[in-house]
Parts: sequence; C-alpha cells; structure tokens
Amino acid sequence: MEASKATVTRKKIEATAEMNRIMADYFYELDRASKTKEQKIAWCTSVGPAEILRALGFLVFFPENHGAMLGSTRLATEMIPAANALGYSPDICSYLTADIGAYVKGVTPLSRAYPGIERVPEPDVLVFNTNQCRDVQDWFSWYARKLKKPILGITTHCAVNEVTENIVRSVSLQMQELIEPLSRISGVPFDPERMREVLRLSRECSDLWKAVLDTAAAVPSPITFFDGTIHMGPAVVLRGTPQAVAYYRLLLREMQERIQNGVAAVEGEKFRLYWEGMPVWGRLNAHSQLFAGLKTNVLASTYCNSWIFTAFDPDDPFDSMARAYTELFIVRSEDYKEKYIKNMVEFFRVDGIIFHDAKTCPNNSNCRYGMPQRIQESIGVPCLVINGDLNDLRLISDEQTKTNIEAFIEQLEERRG
Amino acid sequence: MEAGKTVFVGVDIGASRAKAVVLGAEKDLLGYAVERSGTDFEEVSMTILARALEMAGVSREQVAGTVSTGYGRNNVPYARSQKTEISCHSKGCYFYFPRAITIIDIGGQDNKIIKLDEKGRRLGFKMNRKCAAGTGAFLEEMSFRLNIPLEEMDALARRSEDPVRLGSFCTVFSATEVLENIRKGKKVPDIVKGLFHSVIQRVLEMDALTEEVVMTGGVVAHNPYLVPMTEEIIGRPVLVPPYPQLTGAVGAALYAMEEE
Repeated sequence: MEASKATVTRKKIEATAEMNRIMADYFYELDRASKTKEQKIAWCTSVGPAEILRALGFLVFFPENHGAMLGSTRLATEMIPAANALGYSPDICSYLTADIGAYVKGVTPLSRAYPGIERVPEPDVLVFNTNQCRDVQDWFSWYARKLKKPILGITTHCAVNEVTENIVRSVSLQMQELIEPLSRISGVPFDPERMREVLRLSRECSDLWKAVLDTAAAVPSPITFFDGTIHMGPAVVLRGTPQAVAYYRLLLREMQERIQNGVAAVEGEKFRLYWEGMPVWGRLNAHSQLFAGLKTNVLASTYCNSWIFTAFDPDDPFDSMARAYTELFIVRSEDYKEKYIKNMVEFFRVDGIIFHDAKTCPNNSNCRYGMPQRIQESIGVPCLVINGDLNDLRLISDEQTKTNIEAFIEQLEERRG
Repeated sequence: MEAGKTVFVGVDIGASRAKAVVLGAEKDLLGYAVERSGTDFEEVSMTILARALEMAGVSREQVAGTVSTGYGRNNVPYARSQKTEISCHSKGCYFYFPRAITIIDIGGQDNKIIKLDEKGRRLGFKMNRKCAAGTGAFLEEMSFRLNIPLEEMDALARRSEDPVRLGSFCTVFSATEVLENIRKGKKVPDIVKGLFHSVIQRVLEMDALTEEVVMTGGVVAHNPYLVPMTEEIIGRPVLVPPYPQLTGAVGAALYAMEEE
C-alpha cells in the first residue's frame, strides 16, 4: 500500500461553480453594506439564531466561517501568535485565536478570494449562542470591546441528555428577548410573517442539505466528507435565503444522478469511514488524497450534520428554533452522542470511525471520555484516534497521521481477509 | 553461498536505526544488519541490504521478495511493497508468540501499543502523540544532558538503590527535573533508573495491557533492564522476542514471503 504514489483522487462536483458564485455574491453584498452602511450587519455564531437576524433585516456574517477560511488557506498558524500575545492562550479555540490574530494583523483570506474586499465586514451587533462552546462568547466579546459594538447572546444548556420542554422554554424566551434590542439596532420592526418565511427557507435548506449528506449511504458513495466540508458553506452562511435552497436542489440532483449511474466519489471504493470531530482545515486536500489513494471514502461525519435543523417549524418559530439549536450533537450528553454515532455507523454502513482529537477544540473532540473504546467494544467497529487541530498546524504531525491512517486501513484489510 | 536458495528480505527504516533481515524459506533468520538511519534513507537501505545478504551468504538474485516498513518505508528502492511498522511489528511478534498478545514497541521516536487476538488479527493500536517523551529520543537527550554514553545507561540503572521519580510528559521539563536532582546530590544510577521508570510510565499511560505482554524495539534491545522493571510495575511476566530491535523487519520479511 503506498498512498503517495496513488493517483486516485475524489471526483469533482460540477455544482461547485454555482456554489462559488453564490458565496461570492454573499461576501460582496456584505462588503458593500459594510462600506455604504446601507444595510445593517450582524455577526452570528454558526449555529446561532441567524433566522431572527435575517427576519429583522440584517445581513449576517459568520466569524467561524472566516476562521475556517483562515484554516483552509493555511494562514491561521501565522495569525494565532498575535492573539496569544493579547492573552488568548494557544490552548483555546484556534478559530478564535486565528480570527482575532488576523484582525490584529489586518489580514483576511476574503481579500485573496474576492478582489476588492479589504477587510471583514464591520458589525453593527454581535450575536452568539453558547450551544457550541463558551469560546464563541469570549471571541465575540473581544470584538465588541474593540469595535465598541453591542453584543447579545443566548446561553444554552450543556451536556443535555433529553431536550425537555423546560430547556426549550428557557432558550426560546432568550431568543424572544433578542427581538426588541435587535429591532432597535436594525430599525426594522419584527414581522411574524417574515420570520415564518425565513424559517421556512431555512428548514427547506436544512432538509435538502440532509438529503445531500444522506446520499453517502449509497454504495459506492457519491460524496465524501471532504466535499461536505466545502459544500456546507451555503447551509452555514445562506440558510434562510432562496439562494441556498436553489443551490442544494442542484447539488442533490447531481448526487442522485451519480447514484443512478453508479458513480463513486472515490473510484474503486473499498472501505467506508465515518469522521468524528472537526476537519483539519489546512489538510483537507492532503487528507482527501491520502484516503482516496487507499481507496477509502471518508463519506460521512457528525460535523457536516451539524447544520441539519429538522425541528424548524415556521408555525412555531421560537420554540422550534430553540429546540433545533439545542438538539444538536455538540450540545448533548455523552450517552446521546454514543447512540448518535452508532446510528450513523449503521445508516452509512461504514467499516470504521476516525476520531479527530483536535487539541484546541475539546467540545468537538469526542474521544476524550472513552467513546472510541465503548463503541468498539459494543458494536465491534474499529476506531482510530488521530491527534491534530482544526487550524493550528503546529499541533499536527503529518507523518504520524499518515502512518496511523495507513495502519488503520491495513487493519481493516486484515479483518476483511 | 547456496546456489538456488530462495530468501526473503524485510527492511525497517526507523527514525533512529535502519534494520534489514534475511529470512530463509523456513522462516529461519539467516542474516541481519543495523545502521543509523541518517539522512539518506535510500543509501542506508542499500548498505544494510548488502550486509545482511553477506551475513546470510546469499546473493541479490536469490531474494524472492522484499517488503519495507518504518518511517522511511517509501525510500527503499528495491522493496516490492510497503507496510506500516504497526502491521510489521504485529506480524513479527505473532511469529514468535502465536497467541493473543499486547505489544509494547519502544522506538527511537515513537511508541506503540498494539493488540492482537489469538489468531494474530489486530484489534487496535495506539501511537504516542506528537511528543517524543518516553521514546528512545528521550533517553538519547538525557544521555547527552548527563554526559553518559547511551550504551552505559542500562548498567547504570541496574546499580540504582534509591531511584528518583521524574515526570514523564515532556523531555525538556524532565531534563530540568534531572538537573534539580543533580543539585540535590542524587546519584547518577538513581537518576538513570528514574528515567527508565519515566519511559515505562509513559507507555503504560497509552493503553490498558489486556493480554500477555511482548516488548520490542531498539530501546528494549539496548536497555534490557526495562523488561524486569516493567514486569515489576505491571506484576506480570513480559515476553521478549530473540532480536527485539529486528521484530519489525522480521514482520516485513514475513509479509514478503506471504506476497510470494
């Protein structure tokens, strides 16, 4: 087995050009608003209450998306030390440290991707939800202090086993309390009809995105996890808009056509794996090639599933948003997470699980409390833990990762006999 | 030289040492060679091949197959295929101990714990994180700091009467602890045994030892006192193959034989 000599790569997705177009429109629209001040801009956490912001007339910018761009362009590692020097530890979220570091240094990957954009759009308000972690609140608070802008947020329960009515009510009330101050900032009165329409679009986007990801259950799979991390862009930044809905219709059609024609995302798919944890943004391509070279498709992940909000109900906007944003994997208890992963293993018919232990993201590293061992013992699916990070490449040993992955595939081959 | 005799070669280019073995058709060890890996893996792979073949008394033409492994496995031009060191250590250890085993391999730059079932199938494995604490590199650094030749450490550790306790997470911080112990007047054998203890602790933190334990790797080959020390800590006997440093290369040669 020799991955580096392999020529197998994952199959290109035709819809990518359309995604690039709508993403460019999104960033240029934000840039225009930032320069002309004609429309208010809200910064929002990636699984935060974006629908409320859209319903109140804001354009919405997602710093986590920017953090991921810093990672995938491999700029992050150079930016992180600038945030460390401000007192933000190298051990905390490397989205946060990369993003704040980049701001301090006056750098943004948006300039490279979109000529004419010099800086990130300036916020009129910052809105967080701690459903993912506490770091997002600290991250946004830095900008609020620096830019002297208002910050609002929702504090979500953590390690939730069952999403009870009390929990939903608590989050729903916090969401409703955002309306008045946000409406004052945007100057747009709250319109229940508009709220319903945004939520309907978000739900449709979510359903289509789920359908796209679920195509990976086909054998061979028409899509990879690495495609998912790129094509989830519109589900993150454009949910609640018709553009996102139209895009996922297009992408879903392409994936369905691949299934009909037996087209594999990784030619000669021999092994099917599940990815648990954050992507290594600066190594997306390298990892994609490594696995493809081993005729292995990492085809599904908890991470890409994080933008599925099946609970959204336009007729019950606040409670359903509260439920949808709380029932996410990252918010849940270890027991729930274990059951969830086992269900995914069964649904996607995978041969093994890769757990990424991301040094600076404890909340999304689900191998630190014995999960791989428990899963392996109870359902017999082999698990591999690789050490790395989402953004900080100093925390990655490529050679160790490669040896671990190759050895894991050898183990799967041996099992198959 | 026995004309017509078919042999199989396994080459293990590790981070610290390069090893080659020659196995006969009956899986008998006919020859081997060990060299520093250095910086030119291709060249060292040629050197150890020539030496191992010479010891075996066979020619290049008699080699029916070669598999390479280790950190430099892709830099062996004459290897027909490559396998990771995880697979090769498993294969090599199971050859000597064909039963369910837990393998501890302490290498120059990484440690591994590998678990095999009674049929030799791998159940799982773990490698150390991106940190060389507890590996051969850790002992090399300490021998440099203490100005003791690496090959004398084993004998020194055996003379210890009151070993010191050292942290095991970071080579640099452990070195600071060593200096602190020197200032306190601790004896060198006690410090060296403390270092050995630290290596073992680091490995034992990696995974639970569920089956019979086998220890391999260059560090154990050159510091065999680690074996009784480990036995004492875990309260069980530890098995060691005849040439612990060559186990990965033996496994590679066995794969070459299977491929043939």
